[in-house]
Amino acid sequence: MIIAERKPLEEIRNMLAGYKKILVVGCGTCVTICWAGGEKEVGILSSQLRLASSKDGNELSVMEAVVERQCEKEMVLEELGDKAPGVEAILSLGCGAGVQMMAELFEEKPVLPALNTTFIGMPEKEGLWVEMCGACGDCFLDRTGGICPVVRCAKGLLNGPCGGTRKGGKCEIDPDKDCAWVLIYHRLEKQGRLNLMRKYYEPKNYRAVKRPGKVQAMQA
Amino acid sequence: MAKHFRETLKTKDFIVTAEAGPGKGSNTEKLVEHIELLKDKVDGLNVTDNQSAVMRYPSLGTCLLIKEHGGEPILQITCRDRNRLAIQADLLFAYSRGINNVLCLTGDAIDTGDHKEAKPVFDLDSVQLIHLVHTLNSGKDMAGNELEGGVDFCIGASATPSADPIEPQLMKFQKKLDAGVGFIQTQAVYDMDELKRFMENFHKMDNIDGVKILAGIVPIWGAKMARYMNENVPGIYVPQYLIDEIDQAPKETKAAKGIEMAGRLIRQIKEEKICDGVHIMAIGREERVPAILEAAGI
Amino acid sequence: MIMGGNNKIIAFCCAESAYRAADRAGRLRIHYPDNVRVIRVPCAGRVSVLHILKAFEKGAAGVLVMGCQEGACRHLTGNIRAKERVKYAEDLLKEVGINGQRVKMVNFGPDMAQRFAREIEEMVEKIKEE
Repeated sequence: MIIAERKPLEEIRNMLAGYKKILVVGCGTCVTICWAGGEKEVGILSSQLRLASSKDGNELSVMEAVVERQCEKEMVLEELGDKAPGVEAILSLGCGAGVQMMAELFEEKPVLPALNTTFIGMPEKEGLWVEMCGACGDCFLDRTGGICPVVRCAKGLLNGPCGGTRKGGKCEIDPDKDCAWVLIYHRLEKQGRLNLMRKYYEPKNYRAVKRPGKVQAMQA
Repeated sequence: MAKHFRETLKTKDFIVTAEAGPGKGSNTEKLVEHIELLKDKVDGLNVTDNQSAVMRYPSLGTCLLIKEHGGEPILQITCRDRNRLAIQADLLFAYSRGINNVLCLTGDAIDTGDHKEAKPVFDLDSVQLIHLVHTLNSGKDMAGNELEGGVDFCIGASATPSADPIEPQLMKFQKKLDAGVGFIQTQAVYDMDELKRFMENFHKMDNIDGVKILAGIVPIWGAKMARYMNENVPGIYVPQYLIDEIDQAPKETKAAKGIEMAGRLIRQIKEEKICDGVHIMAIGREERVPAILEAAGI
Repeated sequence: MIMGGNNKIIAFCCAESAYRAADRAGRLRIHYPDNVRVIRVPCAGRVSVLHILKAFEKGAAGVLVMGCQEGACRHLTGNIRAKERVKYAEDLLKEVGINGQRVKMVNFGPDMAQRFAREIEEMVEKIKEE
């Protein structure tokens, strides 16, 4: 799922400079799960903003709301239709898609991102999110035992590893990070499919998804 | 005029290449000094390509300088900073100016360098790059278009004998051999047993006919440098006993000790015919290479 | 001091330990500052990060979260969770420019009345320092 992280408070406050009445909106889906932008985080951020403003002697009225999925038009309008008009700016704790949906629906209001959307990932353990998928549009996982070389290899190699692997199979750029190709080697070895790693892979089609991407799906 | 490297590979018993590392800036004075110093003492002179992801005067430009001064350049190309279009274009230019040798590398990660916020390219990897050069050599570009004026490069690649684990590296190495290379310059070796094991593995592999292996020699000038390299430089591992040896040398004779140690390694490789030659990477101390060669008896 | 000179302390006290200690302090006539508001909670783990922030929002100058000794929590890890949340709250307060030491996690047993009083006194002193 989509992983995001809250921006530093200072950065958020700089974005909000000059506004006296704002709406802080969380999202009930991905960012709730990764503890970045759900109901609790909306509460916490709003509290921090009020405390900070009070400390500086500034006026700030903060309204709070949560939309089930900020990237769905109907859900946003249902929850915020009556709240948005009364504020000067909207601070979104949604991922980049959520921020942009809200910006489109409330065009006259500045919609500001409180989060940095970082990657598609999963929990390695509670609270620790790791990147898994690069959304490259040309999935290679059948050939690498289910380990993505595009994002989990620091150089995105299809014919790995590089010559910089550290002792013990760690990555050149980070001694705490496993070399993805060593992981792939061990995985394919377990499955008796090392022939897949011996194969030569042609250069990647980096235009498999022409950005900005668009997909028309058929409803079953 | 220097002899074509391709010819040298076929005919010479023990091949020696070295590296000229460009500096940061448009001033090529020191670079030309190094080129003048080394060009006649080695069979080929590599030029690094933004080595360690530190922005420097380009490999391509330096190879031109080497040509101008009568040396035999080996152009190092990494996949980190250029996409497939830029690489093909650079190769066309290189060939048009008499640069015939190319070393195909993946490239050190951006994080190791001084422009840590730059966008890494890695449109290709080193194996794909070797294939690309072959494609150009055959008169076509990567998209299948005919070239107006072809190229004919002698292709090299790298290998890492001290990799741990070694099996994935050997699989990658086989892919490079399958793609077709004329020479291999390895990452730094210090342990002759390790090099011998690597060569044993090499001789069991496919597509090794005519491929020359040059062992990488990185001289160490001090314990601090060796420890730094162990921590920070990808693919290099200096064993403790060598760190101790250089550490014990008094300050005034450290340079001589480093030269002696490097010379000793080269001499052993030559005398025991462990592989086909050496590639000396003196990183910033190119002026000491002639002394190293002397110490090695070359 | 923030929020216009208020020096109130909020003490979230676990019913199994700190609240009983507070009670005992009262019975034994052990003196402690009177600008503290004791709030009884079934477990220190019931206190959320938002409770702590809201306390400051509503004018508290310091917050204590008082729970059972580690290993003695009736709900097993409630006091551990509380410790983690207090640490998180500390960081959040620092971000706002409020001294993280104004929130503190303490652990003690139900009969430690003197300890209860001391912790209150210490927090009062700390607030005065600024």
